[in-house]
Amino acid sequence: MSDLVRLDAASLAAEIAAGNASAVEVAEAHLDRIAATDDRVHAFLHVDADGALTAARAVDERRSRGEELGPLAGVPLAMKDVVVTRGLPSTSGSKILAGWRPPYDATVSARVKAAGIVMLGKTNMDEFAMGSSTENSAYGATHNPWDLSRVPGGSSGGSSAAVAAYQAPFGIGTDTGGSIRQPAAVTGLVGHKPTYGGVSRYGLIAFSSSLDQAGPLTRTVLDAALLHEAIGGHDPADSTSIDAPLPALVTAARDGARADLSGLRVGIVRELSGEGYEPGVLAGFAAAVTLLTGLGATVTEVSCAHFGYALPAYYLIAPSECSSNLARFDAVRYGLRVGDDGVRGLEEVMSLTREAGFGAEVKRRVILGTYALSSGYYDAYYGQAQKVRTLISRDFAAAFADCDVLVSPTTPTVAFPLGARVDDPMAMYAADLCTLPASLAGTPAISVPCGLSDGLPVGLQIMAPAQADDRCYRVAAAVETAVAGRDGRPILAAAPPV
Amino acid sequence: MPSISREEVAYLAKLARLAVTDEELDTFAGQLDIIIGAVARVGEVAADDIPPTSHAVPVVNVLRPDVIRPSLDRDEVLALAPAAEGGRFRVPRILDEPE
Repeated sequence: MSDLVRLDAASLAAEIAAGNASAVEVAEAHLDRIAATDDRVHAFLHVDADGALTAARAVDERRSRGEELGPLAGVPLAMKDVVVTRGLPSTSGSKILAGWRPPYDATVSARVKAAGIVMLGKTNMDEFAMGSSTENSAYGATHNPWDLSRVPGGSSGGSSAAVAAYQAPFGIGTDTGGSIRQPAAVTGLVGHKPTYGGVSRYGLIAFSSSLDQAGPLTRTVLDAALLHEAIGGHDPADSTSIDAPLPALVTAARDGARADLSGLRVGIVRELSGEGYEPGVLAGFAAAVTLLTGLGATVTEVSCAHFGYALPAYYLIAPSECSSNLARFDAVRYGLRVGDDGVRGLEEVMSLTREAGFGAEVKRRVILGTYALSSGYYDAYYGQAQKVRTLISRDFAAAFADCDVLVSPTTPTVAFPLGARVDDPMAMYAADLCTLPASLAGTPAISVPCGLSDGLPVGLQIMAPAQADDRCYRVAAAVETAVAGRDGRPILAAAPPV
Repeated sequence: MPSISREEVAYLAKLARLAVTDEELDTFAGQLDIIIGAVARVGEVAADDIPPTSHAVPVVNVLRPDVIRPSLDRDEVLALAPAAEGGRFRVPRILDEPE
């Protein structure tokens, strides 16, 4: 394995800027690493070697002309397939979009390119981002680099596996109910879900529009802040985009790395622990709390009484929105069409196409959402879930009156074995237990590696008020520094070679 | 008494334009019964006087100036369609569908 693939994004950018490595050499090293490992990991659905080398050459030429390069110019990236990329396959993990090459770029894709970041390809995911293991992909499961018999989390499991396997220094994920944070936790990475509206949703293939957010999956907190600053900020093409500057995220990450949290008020959410949580996860979390105290923070326990209802509320709201969003797959304008024999009518062709093009989990959620929105059930299900959403936001507001950040484990368990939960939807949904409250409230939350349980990584979730993403980065960077100090190495360094 | 019957699932699938198989109906009916039983817990929360939240951040209509700007290329878009004819999307028969 080339030494270049061991470097984090900030270090690679520095090497390229200093002329110690060319962007083409960096891209080639990562493409070689993908070629050498992806038969076992299956992180990528599509590797764009030609496009990556072309983009890398452009960075090298700009450098040779003496042009000023951005802080991530020449750094390779793994892009989740839910993000639309002009001319490149963008399937969202679904057969219904097989072969589609979109005629435009998502804002996230356009900003990645504008930053001189080199996109290596598109990564695997649960179909339409519905899942917690990447096993719901129509193109086969992705394997966790820590233990190839286990899941890499989901739905952004292709990006998490790629970064943990050193195929890319960082990646883009999307998070609707935990799909950045949970994969980060179970692969020993940093993953941040921005404040809702902080990163443009234009060109994200929609799952649940009131919840979907794109964000970084990285090996260091600083890299996450750098990538977030590159893709975030107001976008007129997304009506839910916040029209305000991002907080100073990179500054916060650098500040946090000095490992001083004196005066910081940290709340432990009582409802996010106990039954259903593995002892090893709770031990890792307790050790992280000890580190926070050692860093100077004041730690208290807080109660958020309605967080226990986040899971039922989420699994009404998200399926309802997805049943509406996925109506666009109507076999007319793009994607698959099945059964068009000149005799069958539109409705039958549409039904046959959706039956052939969607996987089981997508069908389950579309049917569930159709049920929850139907007259007679609307008030009891979707309407009531929206009220619970209000109460969860109020719980956050009350807790943030006394605390600067809230903490919990990111996931109740470490990475589970492939196949263990595929036939039990409720068991799969439970993987999102800790990440759902921040999703419903639209507040930012980060997962940072904090320990190992039987040799597998455990994540600490740090939650902050809306538009205070900088607090997540500051505290996460302090924890990252303290963990490396405690263990003598970063968590990811404990991963066995793939 | 299940919260949702196989017949109800079949009807919902029809509404959602999913031509599910008999085997899928058997599987989904059992799974959806369990899921609906679990999500129905939202009803335990007393929330009569609580306003619903549809978006976590305030959402307002966003308008842009009414000026002509480039749009996607028609031929490029139609080339991505399942079927096109005469510069338009070609669709299956939409009238006289037998019910």
